Amino acid sequence: MSNIPSELKYASSHEWVRAEGDGTFTVGITEHAQELLGDMVFVELPEVGDEVDAGEDCAVAESVKAASDIYAPIGGEIVAINEELEDAPETVNSDPYGDGWLFRIKASDASELDNLLDAEGYTNSIDED
Amino acid sequence: MSSKTPLHAKHLEAGAKMVDFFGWDMPINYGSQIEEHNAVRTDAGMFDVSHMTIVDVQGDDAKAFLQKLVANDVAKLTVPGKALYTGMLNEQGGVIDDLIIYFFSDTEYRLVVNSATREKDLAHLAVVSADFSVSVTERPEFAMIAVQGPNAKAKTAKVLSDAQQEAVADMKPFFGVQAGDLFIATTGYTGEDGYEIVVPNEQAADLWQQLLDAGVAPAGLGARDTLRLEAGMNLYGQDMDESVSPLAANMAWTIAWEPAERNFIGREVVEQQRADKSTDKLVGLVLEEKGVLRGGLKVICDAGEGVITSGTFSPTLGHSIALARVPREIGDTAQVEMRKKLVNVKVVKPCFVRQGKAVV
Repeated sequence: MSNIPSELKYASSHEWVRAEGDGTFTVGITEHAQELLGDMVFVELPEVGDEVDAGEDCAVAESVKAASDIYAPIGGEIVAINEELEDAPETVNSDPYGDGWLFRIKASDASELDNLLDAEGYTNSIDED
Repeated sequence: MSSKTPLHAKHLEAGAKMVDFFGWDMPINYGSQIEEHNAVRTDAGMFDVSHMTIVDVQGDDAKAFLQKLVANDVAKLTVPGKALYTGMLNEQGGVIDDLIIYFFSDTEYRLVVNSATREKDLAHLAVVSADFSVSVTERPEFAMIAVQGPNAKAKTAKVLSDAQQEAVADMKPFFGVQAGDLFIATTGYTGEDGYEIVVPNEQAADLWQQLLDAGVAPAGLGARDTLRLEAGMNLYGQDMDESVSPLAANMAWTIAWEPAERNFIGREVVEQQRADKSTDKLVGLVLEEKGVLRGGLKVICDAGEGVITSGTFSPTLGHSIALARVPREIGDTAQVEMRKKLVNVKVVKPCFVRQGKAVV
């Protein structure tokens, strides 16, 4: 069973979201998602300053196996991206909830968080897969 | 119910991620496909290839039968143990399968064919052999382990008996020899040195464990695919099939045109295609920017359109490579339609890495 930290929120499309306490939210993909995709070879990130809507595809995780769209779990402005992934995409595999984060969003409407799953809800959603 | 090789338990023990491969439950990786790939390029890795089909052909007409069956000519084989890569074609000149033939004598050969094509291959062998005095015998009592990489031979030597070491000591590439219970061949599917070892089923798990203990890393089908693609080797079902001429699959070198009177199956059609230059050809593509070329993507060039037959990220080169079937007039560059946009690719010979070194 893969690790699903209880303090994070999740989208059923396998992104996790962490509240940073300053109105910004860090986004990555779950351990389960990186297991499904296999070794990551490229990560294409949005640009800082981009405005994204909840559910919009805004990044691509490309593994040895497939290219997979990453969706913005909530809407807002991209305020940071993980530039380290340019040279070390495998960090998404080795530390998906830590150094393998993808981007940070300044939420335009924090109530969109309510549409996401908690750890238990996400666990159930991948059990159904 | 899927088939399991005698090494199945060893894969589970090693934490392999298992997938269905044409009815066989096989390891796709043991954690990281890229690390397994690199182990083969820089040290030694091993693959369970027991799912492949071993067929022994014996009898007075064995040579004549194979001269009819395959596009290459087994008459080239005169030194016992020597191997030949070739395709067996249908009457329309399409590739039924690609295979390796080991020569022991004019009345004794061993064929290794693909697992995904096992049933149709055996059916075809039965039909063609009916006119010859030969026996065609599948050998399911054997497993097969491919040990590949620059240190593969040295590490394998640690698990061989003195007599076996002596038997393989000076063996040139593309030879095989029966040594004790093992049939050991200097063949492979990675572009590296190494062996393919045919071992009785009941000894396979022990041999695997001894190789593990000798420092050979287990590698899955994922790494096998990226390694063979870097080496520019075809995968049946992707780079060619029954609808594809060997001339459109970089297999012209596996056809023996002389002697002209040797009437192998499919000869008439491919000879005409050769004279007319009417087929596409298989080339290599290199994408130097981000992204990964994948099988099925459309290739666009001045001479027309083609298709990627196999594509992957090349761990050795650090960018994506592909094999593509394209119009024979294609130039040095082309474009590929990828994720709704066109990207520029270099067109190269279909071989990217040999013996750990980039050749593009």
